[in-house]
Amino acid sequence: MNLISLFITSILVENIVLTNFLGMCPFFGLSNKEKGSVGMGLSVILVVTMSSLVTYFLYYNVLVPSHTEYLKTILFILVIASFVQLLDIMIKKFFKSLYEIMGIYLPLITTNCAVFGIVLLNIQNDYTIAEVMAYSLGSSIGFMLVIYVFSTIRERLENAPIIKSFKGLPIAFVTASIMALLFTRYIGG
Amino acid sequence: MKKFLKWIMDENPLFVLCLGMCPALAVTTTFENGYLMGLSVLIVLLFSNIVVSLISKVIDNHIRIPAYIMIIATFVTILEIIINTYVEPLSKTLGIYLPLIVVNCIILGRALSYASNNKVVPSIIDAFKIGLGYTFALSLIGLVRELLGNNTITIMDRISNLTGYIMKYEIFPSNSVIPNQLFLSPAGAFLTMGLLLGIINALRREDIK
Repeated sequence: MNLISLFITSILVENIVLTNFLGMCPFFGLSNKEKGSVGMGLSVILVVTMSSLVTYFLYYNVLVPSHTEYLKTILFILVIASFVQLLDIMIKKFFKSLYEIMGIYLPLITTNCAVFGIVLLNIQNDYTIAEVMAYSLGSSIGFMLVIYVFSTIRERLENAPIIKSFKGLPIAFVTASIMALLFTRYIGG
Repeated sequence: MKKFLKWIMDENPLFVLCLGMCPALAVTTTFENGYLMGLSVLIVLLFSNIVVSLISKVIDNHIRIPAYIMIIATFVTILEIIINTYVEPLSKTLGIYLPLIVVNCIILGRALSYASNNKVVPSIIDAFKIGLGYTFALSLIGLVRELLGNNTITIMDRISNLTGYIMKYEIFPSNSVIPNQLFLSPAGAFLTMGLLLGIINALRREDIK
């Protein structure tokens, strides 16, 4: 597939939150704060892009030649976990202002299924290295876009007149359903 | 009966705490996928709870989270290999959501909050309580989505070469009901989940009164 169309598709039509249900916990947990959603989104973009590259090289240069593909789950989670730690230390040391935005969200990323899911999808779809870059960048930007849009909607929902038992999460799910309908219908007219 | 209802409504990991949502929505297009995913989580949760409760004294507090994730990842890999060898069609349907059990918040959450400060036997009981609640929730979502989206209920189809039976039933006569494909799509998953949560909230409200 053409790189640009892969990039656009992964942001909008095949958005990972709305079609693959990855990264749902921060989507519903954090997204009632506009600021938090930006911090989380930025950290996800950074971690996803970097760890996609690392795991891609490890998979094709270490696991495939030694016929140990079944170890990918353990290896990938190890890469992501250590990567998040490293990034946490580095950002704290060198980029103080950036740390204030995304500091508290970084440790949460280890158990964020979006990161692990994108890394696995890269391998499952047999992407080349350029496609891996386009796909992981695109889907993490898509993640940030959706989580930001959703957080702004939820701020309005808080003051909206809703049946009591549907307040909070249930109405958030219904909203997400409408968003999913809109996003997945971007294809063609 | 009252105890059963309380277990479903007040202590259900999915409906009350909203943990472990990715697989809950992604694979539950049929009843069968729902309960099989739930059982896979139960198995991993059981073994990780046992191991964590046994060795939690040895592990230093600073490396708790990475260590537990590695334990969980090991069991997920074992499960993956078993499913790949014996029930191939299932591994195709579950796809990436099978390795994604590693990052399912329920398992890590139970390991951190329960198994690490309790003995083996309570941890096993806890794993069954949480795991079965999760399985129940997933099957319920699968049931609703399959019934509305496809007008069928599948009890055994993917695992039929293991059990030797295919159990797939059409519920309503096919010319009287037109199934709505929306419920099989991602948007339908969100909608089902939202409506179920709302209904459960409403029931719990009445219970409190």
